[in-house]
Amino acid sequence: MSSPDTTEEEVVEESIEPQEDLIIDEERDAFVESIQKDLGSDLIGSHVVPQIDVWIRVTQKAWLETARVLFEKYEMSFFNFLSAIDWKPSPFGREMDAAIDNTDDNEMGIESEMEWGVTGGETRFQLLARVHNPVTNIGINVKADLESEFPEVDTWIPVYPGANWHEREVMEMFGISFTNHPNMVNLYLPTEFEGHPLRKDFPLLSRRAKPWPGIVDVELMPGEDDDETEESGEET
Amino acid sequence: MNLEASTQQLSYIANQASDARVNIELETEGMTLNLGPQHPATHGTLRIIVRLDGEQVVSADPVMGYMHRGYEKLTEVRTYPQVTTLVNRIDWLGSFANEVPFILAAERLMEVEAPPRAQWIRTALFELSRIANVVLFLGDMAVQLGATTPVFYAFRDREFVLNQIESVTGGRFHPNFDRIGGIKDDLPKGWIQETKDVLVRIRSFCDEMQDLVVGNEIFQTRTRGIGIIPADIGLSYGLSGANIRSSGVDWDLRRDGGVGLIHDQLDWKVWTHPDGDSFARYWVRLQEVRESCKMVDQILDGIPSGPIMAKVPRIIKVPPGEAYVETENPLGIMGYYIVSKGDLVPYRVKIRSASFNNVSITPWVLKGVYVPDVISILASLYFILGDIDR
Repeated sequence: MSSPDTTEEEVVEESIEPQEDLIIDEERDAFVESIQKDLGSDLIGSHVVPQIDVWIRVTQKAWLETARVLFEKYEMSFFNFLSAIDWKPSPFGREMDAAIDNTDDNEMGIESEMEWGVTGGETRFQLLARVHNPVTNIGINVKADLESEFPEVDTWIPVYPGANWHEREVMEMFGISFTNHPNMVNLYLPTEFEGHPLRKDFPLLSRRAKPWPGIVDVELMPGEDDDETEESGEET
Repeated sequence: MNLEASTQQLSYIANQASDARVNIELETEGMTLNLGPQHPATHGTLRIIVRLDGEQVVSADPVMGYMHRGYEKLTEVRTYPQVTTLVNRIDWLGSFANEVPFILAAERLMEVEAPPRAQWIRTALFELSRIANVVLFLGDMAVQLGATTPVFYAFRDREFVLNQIESVTGGRFHPNFDRIGGIKDDLPKGWIQETKDVLVRIRSFCDEMQDLVVGNEIFQTRTRGIGIIPADIGLSYGLSGANIRSSGVDWDLRRDGGVGLIHDQLDWKVWTHPDGDSFARYWVRLQEVRESCKMVDQILDGIPSGPIMAKVPRIIKVPPGEAYVETENPLGIMGYYIVSKGDLVPYRVKIRSASFNNVSITPWVLKGVYVPDVISILASLYFILGDIDR
């Protein structure tokens, strides 16, 4: 500590620290801490992007309770949206340089391939909802891990009536059903529709019939043999 | 004997009559009325199954999906620059505004910021598309209530705004002009003066609507006190934009949200109305067009010089992460939740469109209203079917 080298380092550290202080978001940090107290062990993870956004991840059984806490205690009265994310990567290859789409028999290893986004995750399906406080103008993204392939979770309708249609959409698109929902029928799709289109393993049939347009982009124009002739064509 | 018989008869008739009256009150036959799928009030194909008791609506059940195009699935097989072509088609009356939140979300993930000139031009086009969109509403709402003239004025004057958008972007309806890191082209020569002339026309259009529609006694009786949405109900259904501001909620993302547009550098005002009825929704939108004119005028005077594109790689790969960006679009709050895994294509895009939430309140707000008011309430909520079905 007493050597001149370390004092220089200390000076450098001090000059950096105030800059870090600038982007620390006390309001959102305090908010996450306070929610942590309310939900206890049901809050699994949180993530704050200073001045921009907040994420929290809760357990499946605390899904409705979270909405209640957010609505009643934090006055998050504006219901923004409710959706889900399928974290199991699609078995169909979609790389730009892939010659053809992969097929079912080419399926990747499922469990090891799953990578979750902010706040992490454990299961294939994650619910994602966002509510907002129009007075303080702070929004929060809420995530919840859902167990099993056809999960069931409590509906948010008692707290946010606007969740009604969003939950119907999630039901038909992801196969996640909501208990105590008054009208759990398809919103967009016909009643007899089979499958859940937004799941990653639901094939996009137009991609089967016709290759992914990324390939079309590198397709040669008539009269062009390869890249060299293309370049020479531009020069002339 | 005669007297006795007649009193018996009278009491019998009275009993029957009262029974009949009870029957009339309790066991009237309900009627199911099918509104749509194609109705001028719906801007597309929305079907509403209305159960009626006499003239009153018992329940209303919207049926959607006639226009569902699966954009959320399609974005998963499109590169980021290709997605703007898709999202142009969500709200087709204010297309440019659809691109902006998506581009801003991608820019946030890539940590790129558009240069000032690009941001100013972006905001100008954003507000012009709002004008083009809402001007049509101002005429269209009147035609729902039986006044045919205003809608022709609206189409006439909207055309000038579309011309201005076209001369910059090349597209009247689907500009596809916004790029990650900036915009595609600079403004053409003489555009600023032409746009100023158009704004004069739009202002006089607003004054015309003020006289023709807002000042009209029939319009007022058809809309005042009809379809009242209290602020707390509206918020819990996720109503946004002018719909929630006309319920007295002073909340506008252009002022309150910290997105990459330059509204905070302009002098303008957020209008609210305390009533929350159909009239308030019309009135607030009329003021918003005027405010937009004011904003565009200031932008035209103050566009800074400089580049229009930041440095971005030619092949755009967005770093892994998640971002949600929402902006105050003509119909309300529109946002994109992007999940990126570092590929050329988004892993998942959740499109939060304004009309979807705005229309989800219809079962609540239509309960108990009279049949003619169904049309005026639907028209005043102002939705576009592409924005509901996505």
